[in-house]
Amino acid sequence: MVKSNEPIWWSLFSAGGVVAAFFYPVTIIITAIAFSVNWISAEGLRELAGHPLTRIYLFLLIFLPLFHWAHRFRYVAMDLGLKGLGGILPVVCYGAALLGTGLAVFFLVWA
Amino acid sequence: MAASEAKGTDKTVVLEVFRYRPEEEEEPTFQRYEVPYFEDWVVLDALNHIKDEIDGTLTFRWSCRMGVCGSCGMMVNGDPKLTCAAFIRDYHPATIRVEPLNYFPVIRDLVINMEDFLEKLTEVKAWLVPQEEKPVSEGEYRQTPAELAQYKQFSMCINCMLCYSACPVYGQDSDFIGPAAIALAQRYNLDSRDGATEERAEVIFSHEGIWECTFVGDCTRVCPKNVDPAGAIQQAKVSATKDWYHSVLVPWGKRDVKSR
Amino acid sequence: MPSNWWLKRKSYFMFMVRELTCLFVGGYALFLLILASRIGDADGFSALLQHRLVIVLQVIALPMVLYHTVTWLNLTPKVLVIWRGESRVSPVLIAAVHYFAWFVVSVIILWMVSMYR
Repeated sequence: MVKSNEPIWWSLFSAGGVVAAFFYPVTIIITAIAFSVNWISAEGLRELAGHPLTRIYLFLLIFLPLFHWAHRFRYVAMDLGLKGLGGILPVVCYGAALLGTGLAVFFLVWA
Repeated sequence: MAASEAKGTDKTVVLEVFRYRPEEEEEPTFQRYEVPYFEDWVVLDALNHIKDEIDGTLTFRWSCRMGVCGSCGMMVNGDPKLTCAAFIRDYHPATIRVEPLNYFPVIRDLVINMEDFLEKLTEVKAWLVPQEEKPVSEGEYRQTPAELAQYKQFSMCINCMLCYSACPVYGQDSDFIGPAAIALAQRYNLDSRDGATEERAEVIFSHEGIWECTFVGDCTRVCPKNVDPAGAIQQAKVSATKDWYHSVLVPWGKRDVKSR
Repeated sequence: MPSNWWLKRKSYFMFMVRELTCLFVGGYALFLLILASRIGDADGFSALLQHRLVIVLQVIALPMVLYHTVTWLNLTPKVLVIWRGESRVSPVLIAAVHYFAWFVVSVIILWMVSMYR
């Protein structure tokens, strides 16, 4: 059986797509609109962000959607005519998502 | 054709038809034909009128005129259609532009070379490979209605290739196995009597198989038989992914190819 | 095939819009990452939230992310096929359940955030 690595990237893409679909709209409403109209203060949000459960929430909201972006962008860039970058695109896209995930672990767990 | 003998209409419709005669011309041209307009005419009726009454040199494929044989697929005003199901009343009074199916080499006029598609059907083994061959004396390979329901939708494909002409992924890379062939591979993979899932996986679980598909979904939109090839491909991605995780996480486990 | 193929047909164009929502998903993930880096820094945290450009970008991102949500949930029944005996569970029902879950989850999150007002 052909061992294509696509199942890893596709499953991360799909999981990120689900997370972004379910949680991004409401989270943007909180950090942009609710904050701008003073429904919640920056200090209140910061206190909330420090809570261990919120840290897990933020980690999932960073890690999976980054891979969603990486996978979709890799294909859309080729659709837009960047066929020549076919070899380097996956490295750059998934590499960036991996780096972001590492930083998210650092900021949300260690720091 | 009864309709063409009917009297009482002065209306006409203009067809702009793609012409390519390799022995006469280097580049394809468009030829305009004015044909009578009838409410119940489809584009194929108009083409047959041209062939019979105006210009016998026009070449195109057709057979059943009832959406079953899948041979009269053409681009009608840029959209892949079965010309036997494309009513001219839906375009009238505008000019109707008829071209051969996108992304396939043109042999002559509206006739394309379908060799690539036929090879792909062979590659994915688009036929039933019984799990165990048994002599006729042992009776038929039985199946429950629930088992039939699993694949029935994908078995409605008539190989008309409209989905290929709608697919920009195939347009960009003709190595892509493509909508109909993958849907048909799924059709047999999901068949309880079939035993070749593993062999098909070699082809359809590769990059040129399901993974190149970006789910544009236009194949499903143009399919005259509601096969939903786009759905078939995404479902195959789920199967391939489950299979991949299974083989990585439980490499010693026996894989149940049918439950994928 | 020319690289502007997606301008040739409406369904192709809507596909391209759907795919390009990933830029806003990725952008917002980056914003959350920077925000996470400032949890321990009260001034930096609030400065990022108050930044004009950040707010404007989020207001642009919101409709794009909503488009992602709608297209994603609409296509979910194509991928998720559930059988009940001989019949397939209606795709409309599967999508409806997802929309309902999206709504409930959003309300719960807003309610939890409201406790930190």
